[in-house]
Formats: sequence, C-alpha cells, structure tokens
Amino acid sequence: MINESIMTQAAIKIEHVSVILPGHLRALNDISVDLGQGRIIGLIGPSGAGKTTLIRCLVGRRRISAGSITIFGLKAGSAALRKQLSYMTQEISVYPDLTVEENLRYFAAMYGLPRAQVKSRVAAVLGTVDLAPQARQLVASLSGGQKQRASLAVALIGEPKLLVLDEPTVGLDPVLRDQLWGLFRKLASGGATLVISSHVMDEAERCDDLLLIRDGKLLAHGSPADLREQTHTQSVEQSFLKLVRAGGEA
Amino acid sequence: MSPRKTLVTAGRVLSQLRHDHRTIALILVVPCVLIWLLKYIFDGQPRVFNMAAPMMLGIFPLIMMFLITSIATLRERKTGTLDRLMTQPIHKLDLMLGYAIAFSLVGLVQASLVSFVALKFLGVNIAGHSLTLILFAVLAAFLGTALGLFVSAFATSEFQAVELIMPIIMPQVLLSGLFVARDQMSSLLEHISDFLPLTYSVDAMTQVTTHSGWTDNLTRDLIVVVGCALAALILGSATIRRQE
Repeated sequence: MINESIMTQAAIKIEHVSVILPGHLRALNDISVDLGQGRIIGLIGPSGAGKTTLIRCLVGRRRISAGSITIFGLKAGSAALRKQLSYMTQEISVYPDLTVEENLRYFAAMYGLPRAQVKSRVAAVLGTVDLAPQARQLVASLSGGQKQRASLAVALIGEPKLLVLDEPTVGLDPVLRDQLWGLFRKLASGGATLVISSHVMDEAERCDDLLLIRDGKLLAHGSPADLREQTHTQSVEQSFLKLVRAGGEA
Repeated sequence: MSPRKTLVTAGRVLSQLRHDHRTIALILVVPCVLIWLLKYIFDGQPRVFNMAAPMMLGIFPLIMMFLITSIATLRERKTGTLDRLMTQPIHKLDLMLGYAIAFSLVGLVQASLVSFVALKFLGVNIAGHSLTLILFAVLAAFLGTALGLFVSAFATSEFQAVELIMPIIMPQVLLSGLFVARDQMSSLLEHISDFLPLTYSVDAMTQVTTHSGWTDNLTRDLIVVVGCALAALILGSATIRRQE
C-alpha cells in the first residue's frame, strides 16, 4: 500500500504514533509513515478524523502518547526545530488589533530574523500573498480571505523548511486558492516541505503525497495517482469515499 | 531568553493598545475621575480623603492591569497566536516579561497622571516624595499584570477571566486596610492580610503619605510586591505549556 519509490529522503519520520486523550479516547492510533523533503503532503479525512491532532504533534504542541516523530533528524517539538518550521492554525492566528505589517514585523523578530532583514522580508512576503496594499490596515478590518492570507504571510516570514498549514485555503475564492497552490508548489520546488490539511478534494489532487486519515488511523498513503489506481477510481474524491466506506465496514 | 524578543513583545502589546483609543481613555481618564469623585465623597472628612487617595493609587493600577492582562492572554490562548508563538524560537519568559514591561509602562503613565491630578488639583498632601508614590503605583501595575498572566490560565472564557477579579482581587482590596485599618480587623483577618500582596502595596502608599523619608516599611513593601509579582510571572510561565 505504501509507495516506496517516492521516498528519496525522509524529512518526517512518523513511527507508531498514538495519541490518547483524557477519557481513553484514541485521537491517533498507531500511525507510521515516512515523508519526503520538498514535497506537498496533503492530510485528508473527514472532520474529527485526527488531522489537527497529527498536525499539533508535528509542530510539537501536542504530546505523543506512544511512538515518535522525527523531523529533519530531530525529535518533534525540540527547540532546534523551532527555527525551521512554521505553523498556521485553523484560527486566524494573527493579532486582529495590529496592522498586517506590525504582525509580520513582530513574528519576524520572534523568529530571530536579523533586524536588517526584517524590512525587506516583510515587503517580500506581503508581495507573495498579494497584501501589499493592505499592509497598514488593521487585520480586524480585513475580509476573511485577506485575514487568511495575512496569517499565511506570517507562516512564510521566517523562510521555514517545513510549513505546517491547517486548512490554509478555507473560505478563499477559487482564483485565490489557485494562486496559493501555485505558491505552495513554488515553495516545494525551492526545497521546503509542506504539510497541508484540507477537505477540498480538488486540492488533494495537487498534493505529492496524501495521507488519508479516518478515526485516528492512517487508511491510505500515496500519491493521488496511487490512490486512484489502488481503488480503481477516476478521482481522489471517489477513492476517498471508497476508502472511507470500506474502512467503515472493516 | 532574548532582550530583543522581550522588548519587541512589549512594543507589540503597546501597539495593540495604541490602536484601541477607547481602552487608552478608560485606563487614563477613569482613575482620575474616580479620585476626583472620592474627594467629594469625603467632602466633610478631608483628612480621610488625604489618606484614602494615595491608597487608591496603589489599587487602581492593580485592578486595571489585572483585567487587561488576563483578557489579553486569554485571547492569545484562544486565537491561535500562542500556538504559533510556542512553536517559535522564543522563551516563555520573553512573552511574560514583554507583557509585564508593556503594562508597567502603561501603569507609569496612569500613575503619573492620577498623582498629578491628586496632588495638584485635589489638594492631596503627602509627607514623602511624589516619585515614591509613582514608583509604588507602577509596582502595583506590575503586580496586577503578573497576577493577570498567572490567573488567566484558570479561565477558559473571557467571562471567567473577568469574574476571577472577585475571588482574586476583591478580598485583597477588602483586607488591604483601605476600609478599616488592619490592626482593627479580627486578628484572623489581620493575619490573612499579612499574606496578601496588595496589603503591601497599600501600606507603601500610607508610608509615603505619613513619612517624609524612605522607611524600613517601604523597603519591605518593595521586596514583597516585587517578589510576589516575579513569583506570579514564573508560575504564569509554568502554566503556558509548550506541549499539551
């Protein structure tokens, strides 16, 4: 089921990871997978499947009950990794009562970006997410899509090697979504690894690897083409439905 | 820890306030109005007013900064910004001290303004130096911020954060000696008040009002207030967990 050929260099090694929540609820159940560098990794699955839990384990915000996650050779959550990764939560994780630019400057300093680079880096990411005209507006006054892009801009500010984005394109119009996926592809070509959760299936088609999660278990892993082939379907959406339903019967 | 990250955080917190004009007005104007009101409440007892007004200067900053800080930190927890910060190369104390510095500066502006109004316009007469008065008002703001940071960990909503002022701050105000001198309370309450930091903040204000120079009591008050604030900051920093 796992396609070995795509694994050139593992950026993320997930080994037998389980997360048990209070009340003995298993949020993640024995997940093991190796993920390559410079790839776009899509986390798909019904809501409540455990996508956000896995993401929080990757960025070190959630303690793993069993198993281990290694990122670039370091244990997930270790201090040395913090300079190399960025995390965009499902909430608009920026300060609404600051301007876009103030947010970016603040998070740039928190990443430890040298003072001299802050200005040019802020201007660069503002251009990347197409928010330069709104730089001096308070985030609270922006539209939903603009807020989302402001949050994404913060995720880009430190030029991280690993971007972990929890539903980054929710609520964006198709044109903007297409632009952002273009950006994700560009970042991946530059060597960055992206982990992106989504439940929009046409986005899943644009990932290099897909992890299909359901009830805390890894139902399937492979490229979109692999998944289609495995399930004898025409689209990731169909294979998703087929796998989820089959998983339900099992 | 990094001085740059601490100071940039303080700057960020102040920028957030700067964009919120109504909050600034509430922080700066309301205490002046209340002190002025107090003068006319004690219209027939100017000597009581002269004792009470400086005490209020030790209480206002604590209450306001406690409220503002607990809501601000709760927002950090709820809106994902804390999640983001905790995955970044910062020390938790950078964040805590950033808040403490920002709100202590706000406390400084507030205390200077209220002292100015009280001393110049309301005829409050203190034996000690007005800078000592302002120093302890700033320390009260620092204490309020530190308590707010710590206590917000026990609130899961903004509702609760505001409600926590009743069990955490109000008993300290009641027992601080503002209403009744502490040695006239039941001895149990007097002993309890010995363990409440606000008692020392209020005592310092009384010392400044009645003594012309620096006193041993002021040294003790300073140590207790700063010590409690630092303890609350360290405890608060322990309540922010990197991993849940």
